[in-house]
Amino acid sequence: MTKTIITEILAKKKLKVVRTFNASRELVWKAWTESKLLDQWWAPKPWKAKTTYLDFRPGGYWLYCMNGPEGEQHWARADYRKIVLLDSFEGDDSFCDEEGNINHDTPGMRWKVNFAKIASMTRVEVEITFKTEEDLKKIVEMGFKEGFTAAHDNLDELLIELTSK
Amino acid sequence: METRRDVFQAIADPTRRNILAKLMQKPQNLNSIAEQFDMSRQAISLHVKILTECGVISINQEGRERYCNLQLEKLAEVADWLEPFKKMWEEKFNRLDDLLNNLKTN
Repeated sequence: MTKTIITEILAKKKLKVVRTFNASRELVWKAWTESKLLDQWWAPKPWKAKTTYLDFRPGGYWLYCMNGPEGEQHWARADYRKIVLLDSFEGDDSFCDEEGNINHDTPGMRWKVNFAKIASMTRVEVEITFKTEEDLKKIVEMGFKEGFTAAHDNLDELLIELTSK
Repeated sequence: METRRDVFQAIADPTRRNILAKLMQKPQNLNSIAEQFDMSRQAISLHVKILTECGVISINQEGRERYCNLQLEKLAEVADWLEPFKKMWEEKFNRLDDLLNNLKTN
C-alpha cells in the first residue's frame, strides 16, 4: 500500500499530504469533485458525510454534514476559488451551520489539491494552509477529540460494503 | 510580546530550525554554531537562549566550554501532536483507495 507522507512546515502554517493512487487521474478527480463519491470516503468511520449542495466551479461551494454515530451533526463548507480541470483546485474550508453560515470562531483553512499523472497512477498532493499556528493546532485537537483516530480501520468491512452494492 | 515557550515556538523560526538541524549531527558550543551562520553571534545567542527556554536543547558545561545538546524527547512532541492528523489522512485515503478500486471494477 502506498504510504501517506506528511510534511509540516510550521513557520508557514502549512501541512502537506501526499499520496499516490492506483487509478487514472480522471477517476481520482471525480472522487474529489462529485458529491455522491465524496460522500463515500470523506468522513472518518463511523461518521458519514452527506452533501446538501455542491456546485463545483470557482465561486461555488460544497455544503455537507458530518453525521456521527450518536446523532452528532457537524456542518462544513468548502468554497471553491480556482479550478484547473484535472490538474488542481483551490478553496477555503470552514465550519458552518446547516444553512452554510460560516462560524468564524472555529479555525479556517485554505486548500490546494494537485493531481499529477504518473504512468497509470495519480499522485495527489494536498496543501493545507492555516491562518495561524493556533488554527493548525485546533484542527489537530478537534480531530483527535472526535475519534478521528479509530484504533483500527475497517478496510475489509468497507470493501464488502462497496462491492455488495 | 511573544513569551510562549514550547516546542512549537522553538521550531517556528527558520534559523532555530537550522540550529536544531546542526545539533542533530553533534553537540556544539555557541561559537561553532555561530560560525555556520551568516548572522551575528548575539543573534545566534538569542536563538539558543529561546531554544533552551523551550526545552528543546540543554547546555552542558565541559571545562571552559558550554555545549548545546538536543533534547530529543521534547522534540518528539511535534510528531506526537501531528500523529492524529496523519492518521486521519491515512484513513481518509485508504477509503478513497477502496472507492477507486471499486469504481474501476464496476
